[in-house]
Amino acid sequence: MPSLKDLKNRIGSVKNTRKITKAMQMVAAAKLRRAQDAAEASRPYTERFNAVLGSLAASVGGSDSAPLLLRGTGKDQTHLLVVMTSERGLCGGFNANIAKLAKQRAAELVAAGKTVKILTVGKKGRDAIRRDFGQYFVAHVDLSEVKRIGYTNAQDIAKDVLGRFDGGEFDVATIFYAKFVNVVTQIPTAQQIIPASFEATEDAGASTLYEYEPSEEAILADLLPRGVATQIFAALLENGASEQGARMSAMDNATRNAGDMIDKLTIEYNRSRQAVITNELIEIISGAEAL
Amino acid sequence: MADTMQFDLVSPERRVASLAVTAVQIPGADGDMTAMPGHAPMITTLRPGILSVQSAEGTKDYVVTGGFAEIGESLSVLAEKALPRDEMTQETFAEIIAEAKAALNTAKEVFKNEPGPVDDAAKLLSDMVALGGHIGLSAD
Repeated sequence: MPSLKDLKNRIGSVKNTRKITKAMQMVAAAKLRRAQDAAEASRPYTERFNAVLGSLAASVGGSDSAPLLLRGTGKDQTHLLVVMTSERGLCGGFNANIAKLAKQRAAELVAAGKTVKILTVGKKGRDAIRRDFGQYFVAHVDLSEVKRIGYTNAQDIAKDVLGRFDGGEFDVATIFYAKFVNVVTQIPTAQQIIPASFEATEDAGASTLYEYEPSEEAILADLLPRGVATQIFAALLENGASEQGARMSAMDNATRNAGDMIDKLTIEYNRSRQAVITNELIEIISGAEAL
Repeated sequence: MADTMQFDLVSPERRVASLAVTAVQIPGADGDMTAMPGHAPMITTLRPGILSVQSAEGTKDYVVTGGFAEIGESLSVLAEKALPRDEMTQETFAEIIAEAKAALNTAKEVFKNEPGPVDDAAKLLSDMVALGGHIGLSAD
């Protein structure tokens, strides 16, 4: 049976924890709004970009002269997995879910006899994957110094990935990130970026016949590397919103749990205080009776 | 023929401008061109330069550093970097120039025996410098 003082201390410490988780939740909520705004602001660009690229790819694609980024190297022996996670923890299952999906994919590929290479963005995912697939790591991108994810960050990652592709280091690249649905739901997603895959663009491509300046191929060759950066940027923003959303709900749960715990501890505290008083009374009464 | 068309200038990070315009001068990769309502559908890549937008409110200039433009019913310019000309300061310009110079140097190192990428990077740099000269900023 813990003493009254012990109980009191515990209640105090749980109260402090609750204050911290509450504060973290509110910070996450504010950051979530900013992250969502950023994701929202980038949407017009990404949408237009993919529409144009999609229609271009549809008309040029299939021919042998199409850029390697579009038609691939013709093999799928070596896979590059770009795993994007956060730099900080305390955000529920966010990092674990992305890492789990990536590990699952890596295990499948290894079992199928493919070569796997892993590029990690964000240290939490790196830590989670290191134990099982540490030997496949090829590079790591550290974003812990970055306060606001900008397009340049995505460009840097894209440059690294494209450099490796040009060097023939891999055939297929897939990015892993969490798609933001709402505060309680984030879906870990795998998306193939090289060779580029597009959803069918039946409306935009077919109806308008564009003139191209310079040639169609030249534009496509110019746009595809940008497309990689754009997709990575979109994924980074999506991830940022997901991270804050996950943290917000995780901290909300933690705050609620701390509240429950305080209630329980308070009841226990009151009971033992009552017991001490009763004991003292019994002692006094039995002492008086003995006289 | 309509007098105006919808014009959108977007960068990856935000929508820079969205308004009805009468004419837009675009720094195309193969030369400047002006798009007016009813222009033939066209897609062109951009070189670093000045995008001049004429609308009912007058003319407004934007600095773009590359990307592409899609001319159709409406005009969308998707630029890597885009900012209003008055927001272009000597510091921002110096940054962009430094970036282009660094890209040229890496291109020189990586593609020692292939002139293509080096020339591209050199052209990018000279376009940037020309752009600076155009708006009265020095490259050094």
